[in-house]
Amino acid sequence: MVQLTLPKNSTVSKGRHWPAPEGADPANVRTFRVYRYDPDSGENPRWDTYDLDTSEFGPMALHAVIYIKDNVDATLTFRRSCREGVCGSCSMNIDGRNTIACTKPLDEIKSKVVTISPLPHMAVVKDLVPDLNNFYAQHAAMQPYLKTTTPAPDKEWKQAIEDREKLDGLYECILCASCSTACPSYWWNGDRYLGPAALLQAYRWLIDSRDEATGERLDALEDPFRLYRCHTIMNCTQVCPKGLNPAKAIGEIKKMLVERAV
Amino acid sequence: MRVEPTPYKRVTGLGSAHHGVGHYIKQRVTAIAMLVLIPLFLFQFLASLTTGYDGVMAWLGSPFGLAVTFLNVSVMVVHMRLGFQTVIEDYIGGMARKIALLLNGFFALALWLIALYALIKISFGG
Repeated sequence: MVQLTLPKNSTVSKGRHWPAPEGADPANVRTFRVYRYDPDSGENPRWDTYDLDTSEFGPMALHAVIYIKDNVDATLTFRRSCREGVCGSCSMNIDGRNTIACTKPLDEIKSKVVTISPLPHMAVVKDLVPDLNNFYAQHAAMQPYLKTTTPAPDKEWKQAIEDREKLDGLYECILCASCSTACPSYWWNGDRYLGPAALLQAYRWLIDSRDEATGERLDALEDPFRLYRCHTIMNCTQVCPKGLNPAKAIGEIKKMLVERAV
Repeated sequence: MRVEPTPYKRVTGLGSAHHGVGHYIKQRVTAIAMLVLIPLFLFQFLASLTTGYDGVMAWLGSPFGLAVTFLNVSVMVVHMRLGFQTVIEDYIGGMARKIALLLNGFFALALWLIALYALIKISFGG
C-alpha cells in the first residue's frame, strides 16, 4: 500500500558534521551527506556530513565511502566486495539515483553536495545496509535454474548460437536490487509484486531454449500483483548500473501470456 | 512464541492467482477501440449540434448515432473500471482495497445503466 510520509521512527534528523582535514586544498574539498542509522541506539536516523579532500582517494563513490570508514568515521556501515561492478553488493542511492557505488564516478555528480543513502523503501539494517531478504527470496521463487522433464543427455543440453544470444542482456544481472528498489510499484506492493529484478530473471529462464518448464513458469507469474503491478514506469531501466532493460523483459513476459491466451 | 515466516514463505504466499492476462487484454482492446470510437462520436455529435436540439435528438435516435454513442459509453465504462481497478490495487491495501474494488464495480455499472436509460429514452422519443 502507498506510504507517502515516513513513520515517526524513520524521520531523519541533522547529524554530526566532520570538517575537512587541516591543510586540505579547498578546491579539492567536497561535502558528502550520508544517511546514518543504528537500530541499537534507539535513535532516529540522521544525516552526517563529511567534508573530504577528494585528492586523498579514487574517482568512484565507493572510494569516498571506504575513505570515510578507514580515515574519518569507522562506525559507517555498508556492503562492498568486488569494487568492479560484478558482485552487486555496494548498491545504494547516490545523488538521488540507485546505482552501485563502485562504478559511479564522483565527477558525474553535478550537485555540490554528494548525498548517499540506502536503497529506498527498504527496511534498514544499519546505515547504508538495507534488508534484502525478501528481494533474494523473490529471486529464489523464480526457480532460476534449468528445469527439464526429458532425461538429461549424455553430454550437454545443446543450444543454438542464436538461442544463446537471446539470453544476452538478461544473464548479466548482478542482483544489486537498484531496479526493484527504484520502482514505485515495488515500494507500494513489494510484498506481492515480484519487482523488475526477479521478473528479468524469470524471463531469462522463460526464453531459454533448453528449459522445459515454460508453461509452469508462466502459470506462476500470471497474477495481478506478482506481474501486473508493472506499469512500465521504466525507473528500473533508467537506473540499472549494468545497462540492462528489465522493463522490456517484463513486457515480453506479458506478451507471452497474451500469446498463450489468444 | 511468535516465529516470523521465512522470506520465501512470505514472498510466495498463497501462490499465483492465475489471472490478470484477461484484464491486460481488455484494457488494451478497449483503448484501441476508443481510438476509433471517440473521434467518430465527436465528429458526428459536433456536426449534429449545428442542427439544433431536434437535430441532435434525431441523430441520437438514428440507428448509427445510437450505436456509436452506446458503444462509446460501454467501452469507456469498461476501460474506466479497469483503470480505476489498477489505481486501487496500486495505492490501497487491506480491507479498504476489497471495498474499493467492489464500489468501483458498482459505480461503473451504475454509470452504464444511467447512460443506457438516457439513450433508450431519447431513441424511443421519451
